[in-house]
Amino acid sequence: MFVLVEMVDTVRIPPWQFERKLNDSIAEELNKKLANKVVYNVGLCICLFDITKLEDAYVFPGDGASHTKVHFRYVVFHPFLDEILIGKIKGCSPEGVHVSLGFFDDILIPPESLQQPAKFDEAEQVWVWEYETEEGAHDLYMDIGEEVRFRVVDESFVDTSPTGPSSAEAASSSEELPKKEAPYMLMGSISEPGLGLLSWWTSS
Amino acid sequence: MTGNLWKDANAALLSNYEVFQLLTDLKEQRKESGKNKHSSGQQNLNTITYETLKYISKTPCRHQSPEIVREFLTAMKNHKLTKAEKLQLLNHRPVTAVEIQLMVEESEERLTEEQIEALLHTVTSILPAGPEAEQQQNTGDDVAMDEEDPA
Repeated sequence: MFVLVEMVDTVRIPPWQFERKLNDSIAEELNKKLANKVVYNVGLCICLFDITKLEDAYVFPGDGASHTKVHFRYVVFHPFLDEILIGKIKGCSPEGVHVSLGFFDDILIPPESLQQPAKFDEAEQVWVWEYETEEGAHDLYMDIGEEVRFRVVDESFVDTSPTGPSSAEAASSSEELPKKEAPYMLMGSISEPGLGLLSWWTSS
Repeated sequence: MTGNLWKDANAALLSNYEVFQLLTDLKEQRKESGKNKHSSGQQNLNTITYETLKYISKTPCRHQSPEIVREFLTAMKNHKLTKAEKLQLLNHRPVTAVEIQLMVEESEERLTEEQIEALLHTVTSILPAGPEAEQQQNTGDDVAMDEEDPA
């Protein structure tokens, strides 16, 4: 679920940090900029892996800080398509089952990708697998906190960078805030043997 | 972010074990250096490394080592699996045929029942059980690193 991403960026080091080792300052700045942030079309950045190349550092007129172009590799959370992951159920809604990995929360298993037949229990706000056996239907509840094994079937990146002034005018006509979209979302499926709650498949 | 930040978005796949090692080392380094850990800029790094380490520590990679990973990859050479498939086996340490079928694409066409059993044996004999599995496990199916796989 983790990949190494080669990146390049210019890092600005303010003068009061010049006494520190350049590599340390750069590492800190890169982590400050990227750790726990989603880079569009790349994934969720975890931490710096290493610095591969430092180009010359420049000081520009009017700014006492040094600017260094850095080539580095970053550890990024980006599961591949069809990868199997294990997460915890965060909650259920009519949209589906929401799963979390702790460090990454935006995983949704939509109703059509649940073990079928499935129904949404409005009273308990939980999705239920109506498991059929010869003795009749067993209702298997997808409770909060349960561990689930799921397959990554889709991902979506939303560019959440601020929009320019022209589109802001159009948006302000509707008073309420637009729905906050996750910058990176995974779509999961549990509609195969072996997927779903771990407890459904452990042999006693 | 203006301009292209990334050059190669998929330079390499990392195993959970590699990330576990990295984060554990990072944690040690930062503990030793003392200062700066709590400065506002470092809060995101703190949060993500803490949460990610917490998650990975509950998976089978917890008890892996470079030697075990090497031994595993060598043993895997005979099974003709893709890199991504081997990675999933390494990360998950499947113990049932159903799990193997989830992780190996078109397993019904590529693997016979005996081959699946052989794969399970390789995986469970080389890779130590994860922390969660240990709690439930009271059979002798242990860390058997000295048990050489006949492959």
